[in-house]
Amino acid sequence: MAVAVRVIPCLDVDQGRVVKGVNFTGLVDAGDPVELARRYDGEWADELTFLDVTASSADRETTYDVVRGTADQVFIPLTVGGGVRGPEDVDRLLRAGADKVSLNTAAIADPELLRTASRRFGAQCVVLSVDARRVPSDGTETASGFEVTTHGGRRGTGICAVEWAARAERLGVGEVLLNSMDADGTKAGFDLEMIRAVRAAVRVPLIASGGAGEVGHFAPAVHAGADAVLAASVFHFGELTIEQVKNAMRAEGITVR
Amino acid sequence: MPRVVVLDYGSGNLRSAERALEHAGARVEVSDDHRTAMEADGLVVPGVGAFSACMRGLLEVGGDELVDRRLAENRPVLGICVGMQILFQRGVEHGVSAEGVGRWPGAVEPLRAEVLPHMGWNTVTAPSDSVLFAGMDPDTRFYFVHSFAARGWEEHTGEPSSRRRSVWAEHGEPFLAAVEDGALMATQFHPEKSGAAGNALLRNWLETL
Repeated sequence: MAVAVRVIPCLDVDQGRVVKGVNFTGLVDAGDPVELARRYDGEWADELTFLDVTASSADRETTYDVVRGTADQVFIPLTVGGGVRGPEDVDRLLRAGADKVSLNTAAIADPELLRTASRRFGAQCVVLSVDARRVPSDGTETASGFEVTTHGGRRGTGICAVEWAARAERLGVGEVLLNSMDADGTKAGFDLEMIRAVRAAVRVPLIASGGAGEVGHFAPAVHAGADAVLAASVFHFGELTIEQVKNAMRAEGITVR
Repeated sequence: MPRVVVLDYGSGNLRSAERALEHAGARVEVSDDHRTAMEADGLVVPGVGAFSACMRGLLEVGGDELVDRRLAENRPVLGICVGMQILFQRGVEHGVSAEGVGRWPGAVEPLRAEVLPHMGWNTVTAPSDSVLFAGMDPDTRFYFVHSFAARGWEEHTGEPSSRRRSVWAEHGEPFLAAVEDGALMATQFHPEKSGAAGNALLRNWLETL
């Protein structure tokens, strides 16, 4: 038997509340991250990811409370990302109950942060989150044709996304979360070419994100090399259930839990 | 209600273990106090990160001695993840060997697999008389996250191995997913992160206390 492909719902958390609309039926409070986390746990989500979109550091205290509350009640792995600037942030999130912490912008500014975090906390809890896109016609060409972006995909960095993932692996990250900024929100399917390119360059588990719109979109991402698939809105709005996604993958011969 | 101490030796993941054990029906204390740990019905040794770092932390709080003393009195100890790995004689990371507690023979070594760490939900093969996995379906999955594992037993002459029950899993190659050795038991996966399956396993363990 093989390790199961993971299906991971992602929740955007702002000042302790889930934002970007959640439309589950039967929820008392659709904005409560702990309640949603329990709901997803009950629906056989394999992991949960919180993306902390809180802008000010003062409001981040509530994020720690959310992580604590979730870790107290939900017994599946929890990854927290967004606004993680240094080892102390990683430490605080792990102490609050996160199992993994994803790093993005801060790692672009200082790649050594990945090495520091991996050495101190272990590779298994350091995730590199990459927001990548095809280099636009007026951009700086990269070796793979994909570049790392910042500011929610609006700003290109000229850094080759595939080389960045490979470098992060050498620096010690235990997993790569690959977000396609071109596919994100289109619901037209994952960026399979990008998944294949990064898969060929790294040996750590690869989470594919961005573009999921229907059950048939997930299996191709796995066949392209993803070890896990992440989605947000299709799950939040009840358009797809985790069970439907798993059944569709199972029908394509993919091992799921 | 059984009383369990989660050994606090600077390794992360204590809160998750504490909460999951409470959820499974134990009264839990996180502590490095030897008297408290000796008096508890069960001792849990968690562990994440590097083998050598965990071993260092364990020695600093005298955890090796604590485990020995409990086992001499046949009092249950449960190791989790690196808390299982350090029970072996040694761990080999990046070509460097570090000494373990040595309750079990052999080494913990890098897994030979295409994708590492082994991260996610996997099945295990347990013997029919297993205590921890009693009543569980063979397709039950547990959450693993590790790059190193005991890939087999290096049996020594005269080693009484028959009392040991070995539970196997596979990622690239077979490795020990759990061991039941009298009062000493351990899992390579994280029961505290394995949802309902992990809860069932912890309940099985608590019943032995």
